[in-house]
Amino acid sequence: MLAPVNKIIDTSVVDGPGNRTAVFFQGCNFNCKYCHNPETLHMCTACGKCVEKCPVGALSLTQGKVVWNPAICKNCDTCIKVCSHQASPKISWMTVEALADRVIRNIPFIRGVTCSGGECTLQSEFIVHFFRRMKENDLNCLLDSNGSVISFEEEQSLMDVTDGVMLDIKAFDPEKHLALTGQKNELVLRNALYLASIGKLTEIRTVIAQNEIDNAKTVYEITKLLSPYLATTDIHYRIIAFRPFGVRKQFLELGTPSQKEMHSMEAIARSNGFDHITLT
Amino acid sequence: MKAQKNIEASRAEVLEILKNPKNTHEQTMMALATLAENLLPYPDGTPEDFYSLYDKGIICDLDEGHAPYTARYILPDYDKLMKNGCKFLKLDLPKDLFEALNTLLIFYRHVPSITHFPVYMGNIDYLLEPFIQDTEEAKKMIRGFLIHCDRTFGSSFCHMNLGPKASRAGWIVLELESELKNSVPNMTLIYDPKITPDDFAELAIETALASANPAFAYKPAYDVDFKGRPFGIASCYNGLPIGGGAFTLSRLRLNKLANNSTSVSDFFDDTLPHAVRTLCQFMEEKTRFIVEETPFFSTHFLVNEGFIRQDNFVGLFGMAGLCECVNQLMKLQGKTERYGKDEEANQLGVKVMDALKEHVESFESKYSPDWDHHFMLHAQVGAAGDEGTSPGARIAIGEELPLYDHLRQAGLYHKYFPTGVGDIFPFDTTYSKNPAAILDVFKGAFKVGIRYISTYSSDSELVRVTGYLVKKSDIQAYAEGKQVINETVRGSYNAKEYDGTLRRKVRSI
Ligand code: SF4
Ligand code: SF4
Repeated sequence: MLAPVNKIIDTSVVDGPGNRTAVFFQGCNFNCKYCHNPETLHMCTACGKCVEKCPVGALSLTQGKVVWNPAICKNCDTCIKVCSHQASPKISWMTVEALADRVIRNIPFIRGVTCSGGECTLQSEFIVHFFRRMKENDLNCLLDSNGSVISFEEEQSLMDVTDGVMLDIKAFDPEKHLALTGQKNELVLRNALYLASIGKLTEIRTVIAQNEIDNAKTVYEITKLLSPYLATTDIHYRIIAFRPFGVRKQFLELGTPSQKEMHSMEAIARSNGFDHITLT
Repeated sequence: MKAQKNIEASRAEVLEILKNPKNTHEQTMMALATLAENLLPYPDGTPEDFYSLYDKGIICDLDEGHAPYTARYILPDYDKLMKNGCKFLKLDLPKDLFEALNTLLIFYRHVPSITHFPVYMGNIDYLLEPFIQDTEEAKKMIRGFLIHCDRTFGSSFCHMNLGPKASRAGWIVLELESELKNSVPNMTLIYDPKITPDDFAELAIETALASANPAFAYKPAYDVDFKGRPFGIASCYNGLPIGGGAFTLSRLRLNKLANNSTSVSDFFDDTLPHAVRTLCQFMEEKTRFIVEETPFFSTHFLVNEGFIRQDNFVGLFGMAGLCECVNQLMKLQGKTERYGKDEEANQLGVKVMDALKEHVESFESKYSPDWDHHFMLHAQVGAAGDEGTSPGARIAIGEELPLYDHLRQAGLYHKYFPTGVGDIFPFDTTYSKNPAAILDVFKGAFKVGIRYISTYSSDSELVRVTGYLVKKSDIQAYAEGKQVINETVRGSYNAKEYDGTLRRKVRSI
């Protein structure tokens, strides 16, 4: 079994509690306007455009596939800039064993591993096997997901090896969510409720972009919806200010919210009983 | 080196010291004292070969002084002070926090050392905890106490210890450190994962990211070397017995020794054992001078009242430049593998350390019965004249490895140095939001052999230079010709140690 891995960060302090290794899988079912890593959205179509542009010849087109040579790549990201498919040629197709070995090398410095993306649950079968290997090594296993690919309740083999899920709550209003991400949010909310009910909703996060979405409504409704579970489980809320870095040009009209706006979001979440909140 | 200076030359030096506008009054006095001491020759019995090895830069006495009149590092038993008071200083037992702090400040003033300041100030949280009643009031008093230490003890080598247990006093000291951002005292948390709670250790890391203090010492490793007897961290990062300390410290620059060897076997069979023997004999003579010719151990109140015992002191055998030594030994074999990134070079480093340890342990000192009459190894950090010599067993700045590989490499060598070794890893500011992540890295480090580790944040005003702290603004002021209270700033600036610190690899994500 192989999965497309965009990047592995050996020492990550922003993908869950403690020091973790984060694995970013390639490919996403959303198309968020504010995506910071749009090159993780789609799979490479082998159009070959980036191959010619690479300044050091690290890319080649062999048997209809783009092959990347990490040994000579200078990480200039020219390939990513020229790609019109929101893909990256710099991915590795990895086996469960190869990925597991790579992460196990980081023991004893890490307490766990986080699968992110793209949207990692597009690889849920691969992750079940991968997390089993991680559990054998006593590592804590988290998923960072948009919650719209699978119903976690129906994926018990995945839930058996998953310690928690960090879920994006992009917008509460279905129409707004559709406009922002290209997908409906009914499944996302169902997943949030299910995960909270079994104590595995580690974190929810919402990006606050000025003028784009009904920020206050989203923060209010989601915290209200989840508030009954706070008595039995700690749900961390990460409220993220939109920043333009890495975002595609056509979406740069989104504005960064003021500090005041961010604090008012925090106050709304607190009013519904959330007390573990980070503004970033 | 051996030649006596004539009186005219000495007068000129006195005048130069008196006229130096960058010295505070106290710094002038101390410089005059050093000058006077060095008018004397090295102790009788210093081996002839010492001088030729000194001239080649192989042996370095760290300008400790030719005729030391006190032990280099002293770790008084402060528990005794809190239990019995001190007759000589006419101090009764302290009954409340105010008296406890006052007692300590008076006592510190009378603890001598190579720097003339107290290099060990006790396990401050344990000492103060019995006196903590009202937290706010305690905070106010301890705040004043810490400021007093910073403004009067003008040396970054004054060292306080904390832990391993969490306590109210410990929380207060850490919270104050974040706020005060002082360069004195240096601080270490004695850390034991079985005893120290995570929240206390995380607060210590948050504090370190704000103020470069405290560092972490892994207690289980020190307990093995100090046979379960009480130890403290003094001066830079030196583990030493409480109620004792160190007589003297000199060191070998292993790289210069390798440069003066014709082959790898010449190094192992001849130059290394010869240099170790010579340095041991020199240290033995210095110790003899302190013990038998100066009145320190026979008259000082610390000895008379049992705060320290002569038998509990050791000689510190220091080394530096393992990195360049190994690279040179590889070159002598026509190989290009380098210390740090290449396994073969790292294993050669282990072999060098095994040989060094064996030679040092084969020297029997007349002194130190509590420690089997042996000197202890110490990974020495910088001094003037150290260009091209990396501190202790550290990888050269600029050749640092990825974090985990670096920790594993350093972990190979920490076990050789009961009396001091340390690695420093600056982290970028992202980490300040997640101190638990750094604690995870530290816990892992201890599992791969690290015994002492410290961090600071890349944008911090305070930086840990080789093991001690300086303020960037103090270095700046000194560079502009101004006086600064902390005399360590002068040494740091002149030895260019600080320059290297700024080039150290910052760990980021
Ligand atoms: S990465 Fe993009 S530009 Fe390069 S071959 Fe694939 S689709 Fe084309
Ligand atoms: S990032 Fe690497 S592969 Fe992409 S263009 Fe630059 S050198 Fe070539």
